[in-house]
Amino acid sequence: MSAASTAANDLLLSRRTFLRVSATAAGGLLVALYLDGPVAAQEASQAPPKPQIYPPDAFVNIRPDGTIVIQVNRLEFGQGVHTALPMLLADEMDADWSQVIAELAPAADVYKDPRVGMQMVGGSGSIANSFQQYRELGAKTRAMLVAAAAAQWQVGPQQCRTEASVVHGPSGQSARYAALAAAAAKQPVPAAVQLKDPAQFRLVGQAVRRLDSRPKCDGSLKFGLDLDLPGMMTAVVAHPPVFGARVKSVDDKAARSVEGVREVFEIPLAHGTGVAIVADKFWPAKQARDRLQIDWDLSAVERADSAQLWAQYTALARTPGHVAVARGDAQALAGMASGNRVVAEYHFPYLAHSPMEPLNTTVRFDGDRAEVWAGSQFQTVDQAAIAEVLGLQPAQVTFHTAMAGGGFGRRATPDAHVQREAAAIAKRLRGTPVKLVWTREDDVQGGYYRPMHVHRIEIGIGPDSMPAAWHHVIVGQSILGGTPFAAMLVKNGVDATAVEGVADTHYTIPNFHVSVHHPTPNVPVLWWRSVGHTHTAFVMETLMDELAARAQMDPIAYRRKLLDPTATKLRAALDLMEAKSAAWRRKLPTQHAVGIACHASFDTGVACAVEVSIENKRPRIHQATVAVACGLAVNPLTIESQFQAGVAFGVSQLMAKGAITLTDGRVEQRNFDAYTPPYMIDAPVAVDVHIVPSTEPPSGCGEPPVPVIAPAVVNALAQLTGTRYRSLPLVAI
Amino acid sequence: MATYQLTINGQRREVMTDPSTPLLWVLREDLKLTGTKYGCGVSACGACTVHVAGVATRSCMVPVSMIGDRPVVTIEAIGQDPVGKVVQDAWVSHDVVQCGYCQSGQIMSAVALLKHTPNPTDQNIEESMGGNICRCGTYPRIRQAIKAAAQHLQ
Amino acid sequence: MIRSRTTGPRSLIVVCAAFVVCLVASPPQAEQSPASPSADRRSDGLAAWQQVYMVLTHQRCINCHTATNYPQQGDDRHRHFANVVRGPEGRGVPGLHCATCHQEANADSTGAPGSHNWHLAPLSMAWQDPHDQLLSSAELCRVLTDRSKNHDMDGSALLQHHAEDKLVGWAWEPGRGLNGLPRTLPPLSRPQFADATRRWVEAGTPCPPGQAGE
Repeated sequence: MSAASTAANDLLLSRRTFLRVSATAAGGLLVALYLDGPVAAQEASQAPPKPQIYPPDAFVNIRPDGTIVIQVNRLEFGQGVHTALPMLLADEMDADWSQVIAELAPAADVYKDPRVGMQMVGGSGSIANSFQQYRELGAKTRAMLVAAAAAQWQVGPQQCRTEASVVHGPSGQSARYAALAAAAAKQPVPAAVQLKDPAQFRLVGQAVRRLDSRPKCDGSLKFGLDLDLPGMMTAVVAHPPVFGARVKSVDDKAARSVEGVREVFEIPLAHGTGVAIVADKFWPAKQARDRLQIDWDLSAVERADSAQLWAQYTALARTPGHVAVARGDAQALAGMASGNRVVAEYHFPYLAHSPMEPLNTTVRFDGDRAEVWAGSQFQTVDQAAIAEVLGLQPAQVTFHTAMAGGGFGRRATPDAHVQREAAAIAKRLRGTPVKLVWTREDDVQGGYYRPMHVHRIEIGIGPDSMPAAWHHVIVGQSILGGTPFAAMLVKNGVDATAVEGVADTHYTIPNFHVSVHHPTPNVPVLWWRSVGHTHTAFVMETLMDELAARAQMDPIAYRRKLLDPTATKLRAALDLMEAKSAAWRRKLPTQHAVGIACHASFDTGVACAVEVSIENKRPRIHQATVAVACGLAVNPLTIESQFQAGVAFGVSQLMAKGAITLTDGRVEQRNFDAYTPPYMIDAPVAVDVHIVPSTEPPSGCGEPPVPVIAPAVVNALAQLTGTRYRSLPLVAI
Repeated sequence: MATYQLTINGQRREVMTDPSTPLLWVLREDLKLTGTKYGCGVSACGACTVHVAGVATRSCMVPVSMIGDRPVVTIEAIGQDPVGKVVQDAWVSHDVVQCGYCQSGQIMSAVALLKHTPNPTDQNIEESMGGNICRCGTYPRIRQAIKAAAQHLQ
Repeated sequence: MIRSRTTGPRSLIVVCAAFVVCLVASPPQAEQSPASPSADRRSDGLAAWQQVYMVLTHQRCINCHTATNYPQQGDDRHRHFANVVRGPEGRGVPGLHCATCHQEANADSTGAPGSHNWHLAPLSMAWQDPHDQLLSSAELCRVLTDRSKNHDMDGSALLQHHAEDKLVGWAWEPGRGLNGLPRTLPPLSRPQFADATRRWVEAGTPCPPGQAGE
């Protein structure tokens, strides 16, 4: 890492960072990093949060037996931070990796994301935002261990070296970290620390296998849903069939007659009210819910209807909205001949995240405190919401982060609606731990979808076959409106997450005008892995292909010509993808076509080429070559996995049954039979991933795989069928 | 309520529960074997896959009253099976898992495939594994791990 | 789309028309006179066949008599979810056998239908074309009575199959679906179906004349 970027990262962590060190009763070394003033809060002119009460084990605990427990400040839900963040710390610390154990940290201020100021996973920011943080933690821990050894040996610290959890002195002395821990705890915490030169990395940059593999393969790893506590009850909630509706009356006789049912009562929801059922176990709770007779009051809620929304959105798309970008001459397009124009309208449906582990939260309320277990992407937000429902302070709520079976954004909810339900139920059953379970039907029908969108684009093509004028209207609900994030990300009526990928395009387009409408139908919406890029990349990359075809140019060459020269990451990815796919792209079997797409999101550039044929009326993706420019690759194996799997996730948008639709306020799909994610045959058979070598600070890899695959596949299909697909999902080819 | 004598992972276990309770929930809640997962409850995803009398079975779909004395094997015990161990090891060495929630079911399906078809073709793999959902999308690595396991078993 | 309902009346018209043609066009040296008992027997048999055809093409039967490598499900006969496939013996494939979900009896608490020996009918007994379109009355009759395709079943074996086979009988006790609602039943009861089969068999298993596009 260059000196300049190191300095920049130091600034991001601000001044006055310091370590608190304490020794455990058992003699371990505990290190905590306090951050004084996250940058995001300062940018929003808020006072930096004061450090609060921290749990004793903050980030590193060297046990007497030599094992090193490292706390991970974010949820692990598949993306691999459980391994990659500890790698950073362990490498700088020169720890014996075979002795490292990673744990998911509970909710606490000390575990907040250094840039964003809340404990979270999202925005593909885990490595990017904690890269410097975890390295410093490791380096400072090492420095204190060395200082302790040097003091014991009466030598200078600079005469010592470290390797695999051992400090070596200049004359053959050696001491294990475990033996030094107690003494190290008494050392002063260094104010500044030298980080390794990348050439010195032993772990970082290596393909290090995941720490959590084995327990996930032998059934021993406990997810939130697996939690079992003495005396625990299980709860399900009957949610209204139309969002926001309220219970008018309940006939619960049949429900209560199910053996094992303990309580049936109405609870407030984030939107409307529902009925909670608490039982000894899940099955009686579910059976009881099936027997509830609920009369719902639907009078006060709007009944969203997909057909009506399409009509409304399509009409809105023909009118100017809130301006996101106004560059160049707004009248340029009007002056261009119709023969040089491309007009396109795109439709994107609601999408459910449907992580494999259904949503669940366990809460025990004891009057003056509470304990929570949840696989949460937003621990501090959830902790605060639960505290509010229970009438407690957040510090009175111990919030354990459980391993989660996927998230994709679904477990990051500003309104903490599932947690609030769980807290309301636990409040009623004081002293008893209650596990709230959302069934798959609850999940598919429960809202918080990637919003529906319509795009309408008019492009004027210049004499050089490049776009000379571009008018783009986007229609879709604002995800952040009405949330605490609105202040930062909704400006002048434009929700930045609705236009990202278009407004900030790296294509050089003069006379570029982007505006957006944010209708407010009665459907809760949320960020779905890669958020705005899920639809904007599809639009941009399919249009690029159309324009390239019109220009009779190779699709890669066209993009390269149009890309901003300063889009270095995207260009590097495009070049690498071109090189790595050249051999197979030149030798396609008959009835196979190649589709290209490139897109930058979350500061990472991605380019892909896919080989597609049509089998049984569906796209068959034989292979994908993906190139990634993400700065330094902390764990290339994690990155390879993320991209191989992330493109399979991106196929979700193409599935024939890959849409959530509503009729008269009711969601039509109930389970995976009607809302169907990609199975093995839908995903690419093989994906080869290539990382652009870089020593720049790492950027995100969680979401960047997703946006490129759908447009690439559709670009290939266009060559096979002659049809440009502008409406998702692909119901018929 | 009824009492059932079940053979689970080689042990006789007795449970008292409603006859309509799917085997999945008996395993998870009565027998505390949480390795078998609830993903959908309608047999669309395969996360609940166990082996009943050697046949891969989606335990969310089968009421406990229909099991009888057919032996049940779950993910917790499949590692004691020679094929199961090879498959688990291949999963680990190939870094297959991401969130891991579907992988108990994936492994149980893969073991069923390999016990019957020790040298599966790509088509065999797609057909046998084609009903298991991995939302993270680890399918390419699942394919690789199965092929590696098959090779190891030869 | 349930084609049986639209082909029924048309087939009946064809049958009637054929009957009229037979009446009118019988040559003098025909074995029987125009209004002979054998012609009556044939027309009774064809009428009985129509009833049999209506049951065979009902969803509870036809969903497993596919020409493809997958079963169908539901009243709209969509492709069975989770990519289940036929397999070499119509029992699915390792890891995804029919028995992976379908047990010896319906599981109404979970929505899984079940019966003894749950499996697909062999491809030789496909009653649809490879595009999931129902065979016409004439085509299906020919397939059903072709002993090289039907496991060498003569009329009485067919009758026994219709009247007594357990898996066939599931169609009349199909249990409840995922939505908790009972699955729809064939248009005739099993005794009525067995009776229609008997009358058709006793008439010599006559088949309506085939027509291109019918």
